[in-house]
Amino acid sequence: MSQILPKTPQGLTQKLAYPAPQRVDAKWLRLLKAYPLVFVGGIMVLILMIAAIFAGQIAPYNPNYQFPNGLAMTGAPLAPNHHFIMGTDDLGRDVFSRVLFGARVSLEVGVFSSIISLVIGTSLGIISGYFGHIVDSIIMRVTDVMLAFPFILFVVALVSVLGQSVTNVFIAIGVLGWAVTARVVRSQVLAIKEFEYIQAARALGTANWRILFRNILPNIMGPVIVLMTLAIGNNMLLESTLSFLGIGVAPPQASWGNMLAEGQQVFQYAPWLLYYPGLALLLSVLGFNLLGDGLREIFNPRRVR
Amino acid sequence: MTEPLLQVVNLKKHFPIKSGIFQHTVGQVRAVDGVSFTVNEGETFGLVGESGCGKSTTGRAILRLIEPTDGSVIFDGQEITKLGHTNMKKLRGQMQIVFQDPYASLNPRFTIRQTLEEPLITHKTHPSVAMRLKRIAELLEIVGLSPSRMNRYPHEFSGGQRQRIGIARALAVNPRLIIADEPVSALDVSVQSQVLNLFDDLQKQLHLTYVFIAHDLSVVRHISDRIGVMYLGKMVEMTTSDLLYQEPLHPYTQALLSAVPVPDPAAKRERIILQGDLPSPANPPKGCPFHTRCQHVMDICKTVTPEFVEVKPNHFTSCHLYS
Repeated sequence: MSQILPKTPQGLTQKLAYPAPQRVDAKWLRLLKAYPLVFVGGIMVLILMIAAIFAGQIAPYNPNYQFPNGLAMTGAPLAPNHHFIMGTDDLGRDVFSRVLFGARVSLEVGVFSSIISLVIGTSLGIISGYFGHIVDSIIMRVTDVMLAFPFILFVVALVSVLGQSVTNVFIAIGVLGWAVTARVVRSQVLAIKEFEYIQAARALGTANWRILFRNILPNIMGPVIVLMTLAIGNNMLLESTLSFLGIGVAPPQASWGNMLAEGQQVFQYAPWLLYYPGLALLLSVLGFNLLGDGLREIFNPRRVR
Repeated sequence: MTEPLLQVVNLKKHFPIKSGIFQHTVGQVRAVDGVSFTVNEGETFGLVGESGCGKSTTGRAILRLIEPTDGSVIFDGQEITKLGHTNMKKLRGQMQIVFQDPYASLNPRFTIRQTLEEPLITHKTHPSVAMRLKRIAELLEIVGLSPSRMNRYPHEFSGGQRQRIGIARALAVNPRLIIADEPVSALDVSVQSQVLNLFDDLQKQLHLTYVFIAHDLSVVRHISDRIGVMYLGKMVEMTTSDLLYQEPLHPYTQALLSAVPVPDPAAKRERIILQGDLPSPANPPKGCPFHTRCQHVMDICKTVTPEFVEVKPNHFTSCHLYS
């Protein structure tokens, strides 16, 4: 081409007429450039997941073994050193191993309780919003009651009825924690069901369940995903709170909450007992929040970037 | 004369106004208050009126997207307001709707293919995937879009193209009646005429019947055989489109027509400016609903509601001037 055409056009004209071939990045690379924080969050969550799943392989020691050499002569915990990289606690146990096994508990409680409350909350919210009238009134009044109760007290009561165990903690949190989800989902459904495409589906005679699950549900997934990730973070915190108060995971099983509870008794001379579980908790919750916010953007089909 | 395809008899839709803790009804918004008309097979019935006069509600009540409060809708000899779910679903294959806002009427998470597949799945007309794909391609071609774009999302299309997709969705089930709820008012003028021509072509090809709702009289004139003019939930005038434009009887119609722009700027014409606002449909005026704004208001208008009668052959109106 360029040989046939006279080479007179210069500068901008030249540039426009013969644009340099543009390299199009791979999809994941474009996403990385547009939403770097999602990847930061994703990596944090990934690390947490690896730590939780492979805790048994990664941990250098048994988390519950009380090392005879794990305490100083005075009986004080050991500061981080090359043997115990995060130090030991006041019973001479390896903090690093306990943090890893604590991740397992936190993640388990965070994920499963969120799934439970999400399923309950989304179902109730969608039914409430779509069918309206009396169904809506009943579900929303129940939701109000749930929200009016002090949540921790409710969970404490349920856990003490069910008994202390990881499973019971996430069941209690999940079964009681759906109220916010139900409300958010309901309000989303109320907005979406007035859209003409839902009217069009009704005009076509599409069955209600199909409208609910194929037309409405995908359109509210954005907020639901954000809620889910926020809920995972929150519920991890809640589990720690419960364990901190001594009603969550029973010692000696490690959980970030009961590690903090044990650590705060000796933190004046062994602050690392608070640093590491606290940092782990902070980073995990932050990771889930970053991930959730980013996913909402990525799942939005009309995203700008 | 054959039986009309659609008969609407004294259709009413009142929305309750609720207040207080116990949500008791304190009043009624009479969005549609006794509208009657008939539409023959193969014709286009235009429904015009200003915003809030109940024309869209009428359209939706006919399809039972909003349950009518009272009155009957007879489609092809069958009363449909009391039909059960299963029978109604069968009937929904014969009457479809095209919406006003092309940006809200397509599910943003469905590709065009999914949007058009939905009616085919619901009505089980095309059991296999291959058959559905063929039908979708056919539909897109009918409305003038390339079938190669069926895997795209609605946000990748322009307003006019989306409206074509909306029309294709309505056509998917082979309906006999299409209610077009202001299908062109959200589009710009050049695209409007394209879409109107598409409606026209489709009517000829597929022998469709339209109820065409609009607020733009020139649009309605272009496409309609007969026109009904609504005001405050009531029909005030109904006749053929030629008669309506030559000889509008009701003062409201006269005022509306005087507002239609004419191509000749030098043309002298009398512009009737209506005074006041549209009264609230929650508290409509006594007597003739139009008497608060009418130029020719008489004493009788304030007390007696005029009957909707045939004052000239094929020309119905409800106005005391003609009784």
